[in-house]
Amino acid sequence: MAVKEILESLDWGPAPESDKFAREWLDQHGPSFGMYINGKWVTPESGENFESFNPATGELLGTISQAGESEVNSAVAAARDALPSWSSSPGHVRARYLYAIARQVQKHHRLLAVIETLDNGKPIRETRDADVPLVARHFYHHAGWAQLFDETFPGFGPVGVCGQVIPWNFPLLMLAWKIAPALAAGNTVVLKPAEFTSISALVFAEICNSVGLPPGVVNIVTGDGKTGALITEHSDIDKVAFTGSTEVGRIIRKATAGSGKGLTLELGGKSPFIVFEDADIDSAIEGLVNAIWFNQGQVCCAGSRLLVQESISERFHEKLRSRMAKLRVGNPMNKAIDMGAIVDESQRETIEDLCKLGCDEGGDMWQPSTELPEQGCFFPPTLFTNVSPSSTIVQEEVFGPVLVSLTFRNHKEAISLANNTRYGLAGSVWSQDIDTALEVARSIRAGAIWVNCTNQFDANAGFGGYRESGFGREGGREGMYAYMRPLSNETNTEKMVDSGEQKSISNPPTNDAETVDRTAKMYIGGKQKRPDGGYTMDVTGPSGTVGQVGRGNRKDIRDAVEAASGATKWATTNAHTRSQILYYIAENLEQRSAEFARRISAMTGLNTDDAESEVADAVSEWFRWAAWADKYDGAVHETTMHGLVLALNEPLGVVGVICGDERPLCGFTRLVAPLIAMGNSVIAVPSQSNPLAATDLYQVLETSDLPDGVLNIVTGIHSEFVPALSAHDGVDSMWVGAGDVDEVQIASVSNMKRVWKVNMDASGEEFLRQSTHVKNIWLPHGV
Amino acid sequence: MAAESRNRGTTLDLELINSIHINRSALERRAGSLPKRRAVKSDWQVAWMLHAIRCIDLTTLAGDDTPGRVLRISQKAIRPIRSDLLSALDLDVDTIHCASVCVYHNMVETVAKSVQGSPVGTCAVSTGFPAGHIPHHQKLEQIEASVADGATEIDIVVSRSNVLRNDWQALYDEVKDFRQSCGDAHLKTILATGELASLKQVAQASQVCMMAGADFIKTSTGKESVNATLPVGLVMARAIRDFYERTGNKVGFKPAGGIAKAKDAVTWLAMMKEELGEEWMRPNLFRIGASSLLGDIERQLEFHLSGHYSAANRHPMA
Repeated sequence: MAVKEILESLDWGPAPESDKFAREWLDQHGPSFGMYINGKWVTPESGENFESFNPATGELLGTISQAGESEVNSAVAAARDALPSWSSSPGHVRARYLYAIARQVQKHHRLLAVIETLDNGKPIRETRDADVPLVARHFYHHAGWAQLFDETFPGFGPVGVCGQVIPWNFPLLMLAWKIAPALAAGNTVVLKPAEFTSISALVFAEICNSVGLPPGVVNIVTGDGKTGALITEHSDIDKVAFTGSTEVGRIIRKATAGSGKGLTLELGGKSPFIVFEDADIDSAIEGLVNAIWFNQGQVCCAGSRLLVQESISERFHEKLRSRMAKLRVGNPMNKAIDMGAIVDESQRETIEDLCKLGCDEGGDMWQPSTELPEQGCFFPPTLFTNVSPSSTIVQEEVFGPVLVSLTFRNHKEAISLANNTRYGLAGSVWSQDIDTALEVARSIRAGAIWVNCTNQFDANAGFGGYRESGFGREGGREGMYAYMRPLSNETNTEKMVDSGEQKSISNPPTNDAETVDRTAKMYIGGKQKRPDGGYTMDVTGPSGTVGQVGRGNRKDIRDAVEAASGATKWATTNAHTRSQILYYIAENLEQRSAEFARRISAMTGLNTDDAESEVADAVSEWFRWAAWADKYDGAVHETTMHGLVLALNEPLGVVGVICGDERPLCGFTRLVAPLIAMGNSVIAVPSQSNPLAATDLYQVLETSDLPDGVLNIVTGIHSEFVPALSAHDGVDSMWVGAGDVDEVQIASVSNMKRVWKVNMDASGEEFLRQSTHVKNIWLPHGV
Repeated sequence: MAAESRNRGTTLDLELINSIHINRSALERRAGSLPKRRAVKSDWQVAWMLHAIRCIDLTTLAGDDTPGRVLRISQKAIRPIRSDLLSALDLDVDTIHCASVCVYHNMVETVAKSVQGSPVGTCAVSTGFPAGHIPHHQKLEQIEASVADGATEIDIVVSRSNVLRNDWQALYDEVKDFRQSCGDAHLKTILATGELASLKQVAQASQVCMMAGADFIKTSTGKESVNATLPVGLVMARAIRDFYERTGNKVGFKPAGGIAKAKDAVTWLAMMKEELGEEWMRPNLFRIGASSLLGDIERQLEFHLSGHYSAANRHPMA
């Protein structure tokens, strides 16, 4: 177009990024790409491969190797071989490698950005300004953790060989999030990029090679879901890390259950974007652009659920529509494009189908008359109004540029709507009122809350979800724990005492004639409740029956979870008060220590001295967690943002605890007390053989001001109701101190609850970490 | 500009002023990403730079200004670009000229005579520019004197103390008086944003000035330590959009101070197009107050045409 004409129209015009150097790289390395195993480029024995396309043009970029069993085996073996020397190399040495990788990423940042855009279809502006700089930052930051490993994490070592499977939406960034912390902690890895977007991982492998990273420390194998399964199910993998859909996350959870493998999952989301009437409306709308149209909405933490206060809703939507009309969709290699291509036709169809369903269910779909390229895989920015929480499109993750909008009346309703989801990855709150903003930020159940901003990321702020968005954090100190394990307790973790066999009820009760018959019931919602089934079972000691307890069933579990869910106020009760109540429990327990000691003796056959000492230990244990209640502080993270990033240790919610037989009172306390101290509500299942130590506590609890429902106790035969507890969607986490952890893990997939195979000898901090998860609240500021 | 296209102003709406919410960090993020989101390249860049010239209020506000110096500036405003460069772009010589020449009152007569017969306007800074600490009646007299000398545009400074103390009524009354004194001359209100307490006050003062009838709102005098910044520009552009959506009145925007590079001018234009649309890129609704910007644009243009970098001495000085 002639300058003369442009002077009249004042059009934007194209601003193309050159693909010259990326083409050269592809030509040099392609058209068929190998894999990086044990420091060498290999092609699969089978000769199997698949094609990789540029979704913006449909152009074939090359063929990618499909790793089969033999390649995965050799990659895992290479990682295993490399582990001893890598994990024992000084932190400083690992730091130098990570630093070198960061430097290389920076030096080749444009090549990486262009390759990523060609392969994924996302705008070059994003790969250049977001993805690749965050990758470099991640390696720099974790070079620091490697350097400081020994002084920061004494007593910890690497988990071992890590199998990592990553998605296609941020191919290189997700690779960085996986590899950087793993290497920093001394692990070795086998990583599989997503089949749509393998190429940047291969460029990365070349970088690893060029910095002289020892062979086997990083292995990149390519392939589809089958390859992923070969990795996650491989017997010589110590830890699996997965980012992707909740659906696949479930499969992995099941597949790894009982294997003893560590697991972190970063899964889907349907994150709320809440706008109050006192927000900077225009800025909130710009925030939405970043929330849902960043990376074509293919972002797990996308702010895809707009909640706007009813009083401003009309004006807000008007402004939103005119903003949407200005979004430019097109060739992602144009530097001035807002939205590029959807990663693959299959994904575009999924988006289209969900939109169609949204319309069929009565939603109003609006799309601006944005011009889309004739070729390639594109989808316009889309807004759904006239929808409600009962609409599928409000509940389901679309993973595309589709925003659904609902209104709310007040902050309470906003919080309820925000939390009305299976997910809990992120949330965004817009208000100029600090009280509103902070109150709502703290009330949303999600791992990252952005106040007056959205989609902020930093290597030093852990990212990860609540609920079905997964567990574990990536980034910062909290993220490092996902790749470490305590060194000293390795043997103990395996030594879990199984619950005893069900004992015969043929022995007649031998109650002490001097005492009135005591019938322990269930302890649910602060009341002693008869077991739903109406059955009682004997508890026997070495010299016969010592008492009776209720024989619980799944309905008792149902009631206990109901009670625990109703006790959520405990989570916001201030730490001092929680601590006081725990001290009070200790005080009241001690007053009755003789009675408890007798009971322990009777159940376990311990001599009086030992039984008394267990009671004394239990009292001390309550003291210990009472002391911790107000001392497990969060942190303020240093990030690249001007503002505060507050890392809060929040309670998990409702936690099921299965106790072992050893030291029935003290062991019970060690599991239950830290959870309560941190603000959780607990359903405790006492030792099957020695439950009376727990049931005797009822009266202690009743006199100690512990609010109803905070601690619920269900006795009986574990196998009869633990499955119901493990599968209950109202339970956020399970602590397994007895029995089969794999069964609990398999059952946990219903809501992806976090499962901890308890290590009784773990440090106090480990117990507290397992009692909480980190929420990062991002608070930028300025006048 | 036809008289009917001018901002008619409204009554002072304090409720609206008090319900304004501005978030600086979000604006800074938008300002940070906008130039990258909207790069303009090759022929488009040339056209946009040429267009930027059409929006310039070519300014000299120095103590040592003389009629001779001001005359040179006026002539430069009429013919800002070497004719061979324009021919190479297939453009007529009179296609490109600056919007106005902007001077102190004493120089208004010189400018007015010099630009007579050309489309270039005569712009006077007024009302005790830059600090505005003179009696109100003298401010009105100054405006009237400049208009009498031939000024077609008057850039006034608001009393910062009214803004800093949130005395919106006083600000409204003051600007309304200025507007009346302007008569047919267009009124640009300088907020001196670098001296205001917050971006919120920038938004509030923008709204009050527009309610009082300002034809343009302008960021800075060029004499404050902080001049036109993109976050401030976003706040003001959005205030203009808001005012238009509510009242149907179109108010112009003039960033001034510190805009010295061709690239910056293109970014400001991109901001206007993004936030307000193409109509607000035209000189009747967008101006850039600048003195050295033109020189950089000239050099950039020559580079685009010749393929090699240019030097200042090859372009006629102002």
